[in-house]
Amino acid sequence: MKYRVSTKPVGSDWGHGMLRYLMRKLGLGIGVLLCTSAIAFFLSFLVGDPASRLAGESASAQEIAQVREQYGFDQPLPTQYARWLANGLAGEFGDSLFLKIPVTKVIAQHLPVTLYLASASILFSLIFGLAMGAIAAIREGGAVDRLCLFLSLVAQATPVFWFALIIMALFSFGWPILPSSGADSWKSFVLPTLALGFNAMPAIIRLTRTSLIEVLKTDYIRTARAKGIPYRRVVLKHALTNALNPVVSVSVVQFGYMLTGSIVVEMIFALHGVGQLAWSSIERGDIPIIQAIILLFSLIYVLLGILSDIVAAWLDPKLRTASHV
Amino acid sequence: MRRKLQRIIVGILCALLFGQALASKKDNTLVIAWTRGLESLDQYFSTAREAIIISRVLFDTLIDKDPETGEFQPLLARSFKMLDDTSIEFVLRDDVYFHDGSKMTADDVVFTLNWVKQPENKVIHQQNVSWIDSVEKVGEYQVVVHTKYPNPTALDFLAGPLPIYPKNYYEKVGPTGMGIRPIGTGPYRLVDLSPGDTMVLERNPQYFSGGPKGTPQIERIIQRSIPEENTQIIELLNGKVDWIWKLTPDQAVRLGKRTSVTVIDAPTMRIGYLQFDVAGRSGPSPLQQIKVRKAIAHAINRQGIAKRLMGGSADAVHAFCHPIQFGCTDNVTKYEYNPAKAKELLAQAGYPEGLSVKLYSYENRRVVEAILADLAAVGIKAEPVMSSFELLRDKVSAGEVPFTYMAWGSNSISDVAAIVPHFFTGGTSDTVRDERVGAWVREAGGTIDKEKRKALYEKAFQAIADDVYMLPMYSFSINYAMSSELAFEPSTDEIPRFYKARWK
Repeated sequence: MKYRVSTKPVGSDWGHGMLRYLMRKLGLGIGVLLCTSAIAFFLSFLVGDPASRLAGESASAQEIAQVREQYGFDQPLPTQYARWLANGLAGEFGDSLFLKIPVTKVIAQHLPVTLYLASASILFSLIFGLAMGAIAAIREGGAVDRLCLFLSLVAQATPVFWFALIIMALFSFGWPILPSSGADSWKSFVLPTLALGFNAMPAIIRLTRTSLIEVLKTDYIRTARAKGIPYRRVVLKHALTNALNPVVSVSVVQFGYMLTGSIVVEMIFALHGVGQLAWSSIERGDIPIIQAIILLFSLIYVLLGILSDIVAAWLDPKLRTASHV
Repeated sequence: MRRKLQRIIVGILCALLFGQALASKKDNTLVIAWTRGLESLDQYFSTAREAIIISRVLFDTLIDKDPETGEFQPLLARSFKMLDDTSIEFVLRDDVYFHDGSKMTADDVVFTLNWVKQPENKVIHQQNVSWIDSVEKVGEYQVVVHTKYPNPTALDFLAGPLPIYPKNYYEKVGPTGMGIRPIGTGPYRLVDLSPGDTMVLERNPQYFSGGPKGTPQIERIIQRSIPEENTQIIELLNGKVDWIWKLTPDQAVRLGKRTSVTVIDAPTMRIGYLQFDVAGRSGPSPLQQIKVRKAIAHAINRQGIAKRLMGGSADAVHAFCHPIQFGCTDNVTKYEYNPAKAKELLAQAGYPEGLSVKLYSYENRRVVEAILADLAAVGIKAEPVMSSFELLRDKVSAGEVPFTYMAWGSNSISDVAAIVPHFFTGGTSDTVRDERVGAWVREAGGTIDKEKRKALYEKAFQAIADDVYMLPMYSFSINYAMSSELAFEPSTDEIPRFYKARWK
């Protein structure tokens, strides 16, 4: 891996290449959005007739049929999807089948909790991941390095729901200093952040470590050290800033993972964010909400992916013209 | 975009600034928690059990049914009487006010029932309202409900899923408005709702006295949705929640050892059952042979599963109904747990080496495993196929499955009319299609005379048990856990009466 920062002045070549690159990415992104929304739409029907879920346990066959007709579920699936897509393109996502209020409003109510949780978690895993990765790289092969790698292995192998319950048992019950559910104060977010951030940390630790180890072996670091610059300054100012590049683009994608991966954590800590909304909507067959959430999450993913690619491309011009990106 | 951003920031700040919600006797606030989020509070447009429970707190019905004695008592009505087989007269109370301060009169009753019965208004459970012919105002506080046919369960419906709404308000806001800002006459009124998350109810100071719901004692009820059972338990132990339910038996045993918590194991109206495709809609199968079905009935240790896996107050049942329901009987053929006899019956049916079937279910996996083990012990190799409730119900309706294990809660109506007709009158859930049984059940459904009804149902239950058309397994029980300071009585219809709760 080479860390060749572009030496060319920003000129027409760069601008043109970047624009083409962005256009291609954007086109791909739209394709991804269409595919995921179509797949999600058909999958929603696979887990059972939504009319049947809407009608409730003791509904008769006639009642289910009535609900099916009332909500247009009796139409062929492709027709229903086309109608949803046409409305969606016009910015009209319809009303929740259960709440009978606009889907956009429901999601806007639930989004702050998820955004707050995901931001706190990515911050947490960045701070600890970077620190541990850097220390491990500096002490490559030593006991600290091994400990960091071991910790990252444990963090990666621990299922989120299990870890969440364990820290809840410890800090909400055994030593009750933090609340175990709700979103009443910042304290309510401590355990969920820990649970979600813990799982995302290993990727950052390992990436920081390997990338820093490579940078530390490059000629310019050797030169810097030869010039008599103190080691600490060499690492912090020269090596780490360069080693950070891949970490930054990975964390952007990790942030997307936090947003979408918060379902389990939201469920356990009873945080009423988009993740939990998604879960309960799937359970109830509230298709307009499921579709909108999937579209929103795919959109976030696509945008974050593009953002991360832009960062990477800015840093490495080779990527801009490569055909596989 | 900027406003949205502002809203998000304000939301985060609010989340940061608000303190912990209070629970307990000290604050006279009862905090209840359950798994699902409550969405619409208009009971005519919601199918969730939680909505039924809250509906009883926010609204009143014309009459009330005592879940233990089965007696009907006047609620919004002062008195009621049957004028003939198809009309019931209600004299209403004149001291009832809606939460918005308006007085309840005959106009509200006439409007509500006439509105919900119209098919074009599309209330979800048409079976709850389709029997109403018309509702007539005969005085300022007097109405007559006319039914389309003699309906023995009319009073059950009027005492259950038919709350009375304020005419002026409902005409203005409709189901959407009622779903988020409900206004009723009930013992509690809604003060705050964040859909799917929290609901705050406050004691209705104007609630009339002398009614069967009593006078509410607790000042405030907060309902929270906590999807994870372990989290509910920790909140209960920390005193942040006062009441939870539907705990697994092992959790209940563990929690029961703590002094700060009271655990109650109470029976419910729900029964589990094995359903066979006797009519053969899903194609030929060994289950169409009566001896094979009898073998299955003898092979499963129903009492054992009930006591070990369901809870202490769960019990084996023999007729296809819950023992507390009107019309249920014990006078049917009983199949005791007897694996040797089961093997013998299988051999007689031509399966001395046993047979293989698929058992479809959505229910409790541990119970399904126990059933499979009992079947395997007599040589019936049953392969489990698990899916969601809705998916399975649709498969049963379409006649695609030969053998299912499911459960039925009778919509909390303690009359067998809420269970047998669904399965035995030729509808899509009827996997037997026995015309005799169908005729008895239909006739009973149009008979007011109690003894005659009972006799007709008994014939149906006996035929069902004789030919093992369905194998009723056991009644379910529910584990409730609550703060030991709370006095709360569970009821068999799975509808907790929070308005009767008080502090010890």
